[in-house]
Amino acid sequence: MTTTEQNIDTILLPILEQVSDPEIPVLSIMDMGVVRSAVIINNIVKVEITPTYSGCPAMDVIGDDIKKALKEAGYKSEIDLILYPAWTTDWITPRGRKALEDYGIAAPLDAEADKDVLLHGKRMVKCTNCGSQNTRLVSQFGSTACKAQFQCDDCQEPFDYFKCLK
Amino acid sequence: MKENLYNYILGIADNSLILGQRMGELCGHGPSLETDIACTNISLDLFGQVRSYFQYASKISDDGRTEDDIAMLRKEREYKNVLLVEQPNTNFAFTIGRQFLFDVYHLAFLAELQKSTDLTLSAIANKCIKEVSYHERFSSDWVKRLGDGTQESKEKMQEAIDALWTYTDELFHQTEADKAMVIENVGVDVTQLKENYYLRVAELLKEATIEVPESKWFQKGGKEGIHTEHLGYLLSDLQYMQRTYPNMEW
Repeated sequence: MTTTEQNIDTILLPILEQVSDPEIPVLSIMDMGVVRSAVIINNIVKVEITPTYSGCPAMDVIGDDIKKALKEAGYKSEIDLILYPAWTTDWITPRGRKALEDYGIAAPLDAEADKDVLLHGKRMVKCTNCGSQNTRLVSQFGSTACKAQFQCDDCQEPFDYFKCLK
Repeated sequence: MKENLYNYILGIADNSLILGQRMGELCGHGPSLETDIACTNISLDLFGQVRSYFQYASKISDDGRTEDDIAMLRKEREYKNVLLVEQPNTNFAFTIGRQFLFDVYHLAFLAELQKSTDLTLSAIANKCIKEVSYHERFSSDWVKRLGDGTQESKEKMQEAIDALWTYTDELFHQTEADKAMVIENVGVDVTQLKENYYLRVAELLKEATIEVPESKWFQKGGKEGIHTEHLGYLLSDLQYMQRTYPNMEW
């Protein structure tokens, strides 16, 4: 059983940082927090990744992309999908949150605020276009399992909000 | 093979598989774009959960069955889902009512499964519960919206709850595999969930201004493989590719 701590061999870090989330290309899988460990054992890189959502179709692609990136760097690798501890949006790094916002996806609020905006219609999610908090929920589910759909009532921009998962 | 554990996993997973298929049927057919996306997202979560369960089942089965074999190549009588989840999408109120009646149970069930001494099952439960709590929020929200909505939406919501009520008691029925797994502290004692389930459902229905059905006649059989006529049609759709092109892969 793994802990919530990541265990990444520093030699591998630059390689893994080049692999991006196929559905959010601006975000590296390291900033997403889905790689839980990457260590070299007997010349084989063992990588453990954890899914954001159980049915996330990106996971298979991420596994393949990691293998490919490591192969190009001269490593053989084995990818393991682990479920525990379960992924949480807290594992998205500050750099990852910034990349999301720049890409037009509002980064997750804390759990309480998240509930307020998704269930009680509170206007707190910051518009990724103009920064206004005068935004409303359009749909509890968005273009992927991890997002909800919002619209800004000031600049009218529709945008995705990355739901808090704890 | 650990027969009881295998059957126990299938009992849990089949509920998500069949409900996932039902929700997936709405892809492109939801009453609005937002609800369409919601139903298919819920379906995707459920299928993701199913994969975790079936991968585990495949690991402990000793006849080389893969997760796809388990999902696609069983006969109707070998599916162990409750009757509730196979009920059709008669109209949107039925879709929401079915989801709601299952979500309230599913959430309570996973909360207990997290305590399982089987570390794989507890890890899966730990993962799934985050998704399912969002499903429960979505479905109970819609029950309230329809129940406390227009006269027509209220009538339809009440009709759906009345019709589906007869399938709720089966959620708390124990199979032999269930009983064996409870003794080993692997499984959840579903009989213990019953009281709180009906309290919680009644509380939410009251908020939705929907009356709690009084009927005490309950239908069961799904967990033992005796299904309503709807499952066969669902499976013919679900299994079509594997039956037509055996062993095909993506």
